[in-house]
Amino acid sequence: MKPNRVEFTETAMDLMRKLSKRHGAGLMFHQSGGCCDGSAPMCYTAGEFRTGGSDVLLGELEVDEIPGKIQFWMSAEQFEYWKHTHLTIDAVPGRGSGFSLEAPEGMRFLTRSRMYTDDEWLQLKDEPVPTGLEVNA
Amino acid sequence: MTVYAQPGQAGALAEYRSRYDHWINGEYVAPSSGEYFENVSPVNGKVFCEVARGNAADIDKALDAAHAAAPAFGKTSPAERALMLNKIADRMEANLEEIAVAETWENGKPVRECLVADIPLAIDHFRYFAGVIRAQEGSMGELNHDTVSYQFHEPLGVVGQIIPWNFPILMAAWKIAPALAAGNAIVLKPAEQTPVSILYVMEMIADILPPGVLNIVNGFGVETGKPLASSRRIAKIAFTGETTTGRLIMQYAADNIIPVTLELGGKSPNVFYRDIADHDDAFYDKCLEGFTMFALNSGEVCTCPSRALIDAPIYDQFLGDALKRTQAVKQGNPLDTDTMIGAQCSNDQMEKILSYIDIGKQEGAKLLTGGERTDLGGDLTDGYYVEPTVFEGQNSMRLFQEEIFGPVLAVTKFDGHDNAMEIANDTLYGLGAGVWTRNINTAYRAGRTIQAGRVWTNNYHDYPAHAAFGGYKSSGIGRENHLMMLKHYQQTKNLLVNYNESKLGFF
Repeated sequence: MKPNRVEFTETAMDLMRKLSKRHGAGLMFHQSGGCCDGSAPMCYTAGEFRTGGSDVLLGELEVDEIPGKIQFWMSAEQFEYWKHTHLTIDAVPGRGSGFSLEAPEGMRFLTRSRMYTDDEWLQLKDEPVPTGLEVNA
Repeated sequence: MTVYAQPGQAGALAEYRSRYDHWINGEYVAPSSGEYFENVSPVNGKVFCEVARGNAADIDKALDAAHAAAPAFGKTSPAERALMLNKIADRMEANLEEIAVAETWENGKPVRECLVADIPLAIDHFRYFAGVIRAQEGSMGELNHDTVSYQFHEPLGVVGQIIPWNFPILMAAWKIAPALAAGNAIVLKPAEQTPVSILYVMEMIADILPPGVLNIVNGFGVETGKPLASSRRIAKIAFTGETTTGRLIMQYAADNIIPVTLELGGKSPNVFYRDIADHDDAFYDKCLEGFTMFALNSGEVCTCPSRALIDAPIYDQFLGDALKRTQAVKQGNPLDTDTMIGAQCSNDQMEKILSYIDIGKQEGAKLLTGGERTDLGGDLTDGYYVEPTVFEGQNSMRLFQEEIFGPVLAVTKFDGHDNAMEIANDTLYGLGAGVWTRNINTAYRAGRTIQAGRVWTNNYHDYPAHAAFGGYKSSGIGRENHLMMLKHYQQTKNLLVNYNESKLGFF
């Protein structure tokens, strides 16, 4: 089985379940870059953020009690600099910003990163990541 | 040195209310939900007031007020509006020290920066736009002997503005001043990390503006910013923040066919050429300060010079001297005028910075100084302090590619001018850059080659009005700080007039 590129901590999944219930919807993430609240994973109801050819899908994850799969996206050009790192989405106390859904909960999603092991990298380095154009076609 | 008393303590220059409502139609209006959220001072990590938690109904109420005020305000003369802007500047200037303390308490930045940069710059910004609106002219073209084309500037009407937390008053001034100068009414959404320092100023200037011209609605992005940005009742949206939200705002604007201006951050290169070390003089000393500018405002600046590129022949010497300068940065109580670096603005910001320090180590970057959270002890023990941190590594590392928005500098070596330019431009962003050299030809070529909207040459982090500021590449759209920003807040009306009595002969 291929290693995944992104996963969620239990704390993050608890928060996601709460948000999914509150909004009565599935969820998606888009990893932001740059500026005040940047480099943070932004959480939206599924489909709120329109992805396209300039985005890549890093993973689709199932979380108990949340409808559908949770897609995790990033801009393709940003991925070029991120592709050697594995992402773990955590949640910490704080105040999210942008239009990310968790802000009012007093919690903030946070991307923690680690380098892939040599073994993981061997399996992943030539593995294509689909763009929004392909996924949404 | 001066140590200002904390708001809430005896002798404090600035006092916050315990609770803040929205500012709508010239007065405080309670949130329709009746709910409030807590506002924490990053100086000590404690709650100091509560703030209205806005929602779509509150945004609608503010838009009602703005739409009621906009027609009359849009018809005021440039002279009348300039007078209002000048009065705002004068009022702020008369209360500068008080505003500076209030801003430090909410944002955590060292008060010396508020005193000599943030607030004076905000004041000057109002004066600048008071000046340029008086001097702005439409244009006229004589198309032929009988036909004249007149271009008039008209306000857009009601505009939405979303403000970041790193300069809660200055960034508001950057957006408010040109919008008011151009004759628009505003609904402004501050960042939820710094919701009230702008209200502190608003109260001071309330009598200067007609009710409804400037409305401020606080709350969380998803509950307040989103209904504002996606509203069909705004004619323009201006946003400073990060890329994903910037794209989302453009998507909403696309739905409504309205213009956007975006300022979206950067990963600014600061390039030090070998000739700076030709002499050990005042200029070399200035270059060392230029290197250390990454610590200004605790690194929470979109143009933070967060990548230092140093010419190979001087690498060891300059980096050695620059590290000493970095280690001399005094971290402490932000309300102490001797403090050079204060607190990060929020807990999650601090967490994010620490997570980047972690990934930097994992990627194999070499930690040269700093790298830890600072505990200032006593009353400040729970504040959000991070040491000025310098890493050495390669430009392909995430540390060199992502905007950390903290006092973390990534340093690398370059070999010759072409290599410097290659590294400088190897980034998604293009907001700011710095070039340091004694050779004017090198300075000019580098400045023109770097793909960034602002290239500071032998200086850094200066933000005067009348110098266009904005991004290339993924750093945004539009230019603030300059009279050209007026046009981002104006509609063009063309009157095409024919002065000939004779018909064309078609019908």
